[in-house]
Amino acid sequence: MSRLLEVRGLQTAFPSATGETRIVDDVSFNLDSGEVLALVGESGSGKSMTALSILRLVPKPGRVIAGEIKLEGRDLLDFSVSEMRRVRGGRIAMIFQEPMTCLNPVVAVGAQVMEAIGLHDQIGQVDARARTRELFAEVGIPDPEARLDAYPHELSGGLKQRVMIAMALSTRPEILIADEPTTALDVTVQAQILALLSDLQRDRGTAILLITHDLGIVNELADRVAVMYAGRLVEVAPRQELLSNPLHPYTRGLLRSIPALSPPGVRLPEIPGVVPSPDHWPNGCRFSTRCGERFEPCAEIFPEETAPTSDRRVWCHAVDASSRDPEGEAL
Amino acid sequence: MSTEVPPLLRLQDLQTWYPIREGLMRRTTGWVQAATDVSFDIAPGQTLALVGESGCGKTTVGRSILRLESPQKGVVLFEGQDLLELSAESMRAARRRIQIIFQDPMASLDPRMRIRDQIAEGMKSFGIGVDENDRRARVAELMERVQLDPATMDRYPHEFSGGQRQRICIVRALAVEPRLIVCDESVSALDVSIQAQILNLLRDLQDDLGLSYLFITHDLSVVRYLADDVAVMYLGKIVEQGPTQRIFEAPAHPYTKALLAAIPSIDPMQRGGAPPVMGDVPSPSDPPSGCHFHTRCSVVMDRCSREVPPLFPVTGTNGTKGEQGRSRCFLAEESESRSLG
Ligand SMILES: Nc1ncnc2c1ncn2[C@@H]1O[C@H](COP(=O)(O)OP(=O)(O)OP(=O)(O)O)[C@@H](O)[C@H]1O
Ligand SMILES: Nc1ncnc2c1ncn2[C@@H]1O[C@H](COP(=O)(O)OP(=O)(O)O)[C@@H](O)[C@H]1O
Ligand code: SF4
Ligand code: SF4
Ligand SMILES: [Mg+2]
Ligand SMILES: [Mg+2]
Repeated sequence: MSRLLEVRGLQTAFPSATGETRIVDDVSFNLDSGEVLALVGESGSGKSMTALSILRLVPKPGRVIAGEIKLEGRDLLDFSVSEMRRVRGGRIAMIFQEPMTCLNPVVAVGAQVMEAIGLHDQIGQVDARARTRELFAEVGIPDPEARLDAYPHELSGGLKQRVMIAMALSTRPEILIADEPTTALDVTVQAQILALLSDLQRDRGTAILLITHDLGIVNELADRVAVMYAGRLVEVAPRQELLSNPLHPYTRGLLRSIPALSPPGVRLPEIPGVVPSPDHWPNGCRFSTRCGERFEPCAEIFPEETAPTSDRRVWCHAVDASSRDPEGEAL
Repeated sequence: MSTEVPPLLRLQDLQTWYPIREGLMRRTTGWVQAATDVSFDIAPGQTLALVGESGCGKTTVGRSILRLESPQKGVVLFEGQDLLELSAESMRAARRRIQIIFQDPMASLDPRMRIRDQIAEGMKSFGIGVDENDRRARVAELMERVQLDPATMDRYPHEFSGGQRQRICIVRALAVEPRLIVCDESVSALDVSIQAQILNLLRDLQDDLGLSYLFITHDLSVVRYLADDVAVMYLGKIVEQGPTQRIFEAPAHPYTKALLAAIPSIDPMQRGGAPPVMGDVPSPSDPPSGCHFHTRCSVVMDRCSREVPPLFPVTGTNGTKGEQGRSRCFLAEESESRSLG
């Protein structure tokens, strides 16, 4: 697998009363071709802002204040506006939680996908329609010919999300960023969409940056997992290692508090307290206000990155510092 | 569920359909069959989970119990009275005994009102507490009970986090001393770490106060932790009901099986597998003939599109005596006749 995307030291900030609040802080990760990297965390942890930063779509007055976002070696932050527009409609595509907000309610869905194809490739109407029909079939839309002329409100939530995926695939992206793609869907339809994404990754080799708060979805789809808490990465690991042997106290707490795992009748283990708001983030470890394993340095000193094994990274004072990888190269 | 104790709530054949009105004359051209023939019991101190996918009619049932919708048919027996027969005034009194908590706490709180006044409002209208000071003390006591700092009672909703707002809604419901709380997707919008806190709180309150819950959710994974019994809805009808453990360990109805199979597992050794059902939920204004689930059922038989299955009793597996709930599927009829013959 070759390295497609390299995010280094990403910082994204919004103006605040005290200057600027870094809602994404020093985030680094790689995405290789054909892999699924899950970005996990609770609401407000900075997952969507990380994705929007990559696409340079951070809503104003927020902005990326530091870092590099390299797409096969070239920093997207140096791209011109028109180059960036070509990247967004081409090599990197994105789908969102609520498909309705991205579809024009008064244009037939087929025409919307044809337009996306037309913007990118110079092809005729007839070809664009044929290509759209193929895409609809590929993403499992029943009776694709008839659905080309349907309006968004005539489609169920699951079908609308399939249309969004067809639109995202229309320009054959190498990277698909999927931000909570099934959160608005029923669980039986969610299972269908997850299977579809898994097929796409296998058949087309599309790399997927999957944003979710659901560790079950991580398990279904991801190769590797990056856990975020309060704007920072706390742990990066292969799926199986993360789920069977989580190292960071936050990851462990998250896994334990999932009700499905608790035997009936036993009290659910809670993570006490709440995620602090961005202007109240501690100087040291951001999880230190809720961590049961907190000790001397935690509240004041931010833990450095440690690499307990060659394919894992974790930011926690309690994880043996001797295992720190001297190279410090992000995985 | 053996009902030696009379149930706190008994629903019998509840039907709530919404008219579809069209044209200038707003004539009724059809019906959204949101809830049909819904029956269940909730015993004092017990929790019934009502589960199913969006649009299947869960909220309609919850709101019909409180008469926030107008059922066409059925009986809602609460503490021995049929709520559907009550005068508006008696119904108002009954509402003190049944409270409802919604999914989005922000939408159910008044943004311009201090939370203390919102909590005390219901107490005041039902004549609880002798004066303002008395009610204030009670608000403080309740806030402490749900781990909210009473010093924050003069603040406004936007000054609290999502989880704290849901605690405020719980306090407001508790303030009027209900026997039954309808929780409509009350933890669905919360992050998993906060969800665990609220689920624990709901259970502690039940243990301390003997409350009953009708726990409405689309998320089966939270059900096992909280519910004594489960009722599964599909397109307006209960398709399976029974004790929680039996539903999870030996689901009888193909739809229940599919719902359980669709929950993504977090066991790292287990993943993949084909989606358990294809397609979307059909429209409740024109449900499929026969068994409503026959268009998506993986074990559909000839008769399923022609005949309407009633609820068949489900007998326990591994020798458990007695009825273990019901299933609206012809397969349950066959296993029933096998076990009889
Ligand atoms: N205005 C309409 N005209 C024609 N068909 C429609 C219309 N609205 C909905 N449909 C069709 O009716 C069916 C049910 O749609 P509905 O939006 O109720 O789905 P749903 O099951 O509620 O899905 P979800 O909740 O996931 O959006 C779908 O097949 C849909 O395509
Ligand atoms: N006020 C209403 N008027 C018309 N249809 C409604 C109304 N409220 C709900 N419905 C419809 O009734 C069905 C059941 O709704 P609801 O009980 O809200 O489902 P759930 O809570 O399970 O998602 C849905 O198809 C919904 O669109
Ligand atoms: S650094 Fe300290 S406070 Fe942070 S997670 Fe590790 S032990 Fe807990
Ligand atoms: S009655 Fe028939 S279609 Fe319905 S659930 Fe049973 S087997 Fe499936
Ligand atoms: Mg988000
Ligand atoms: Mg609902």
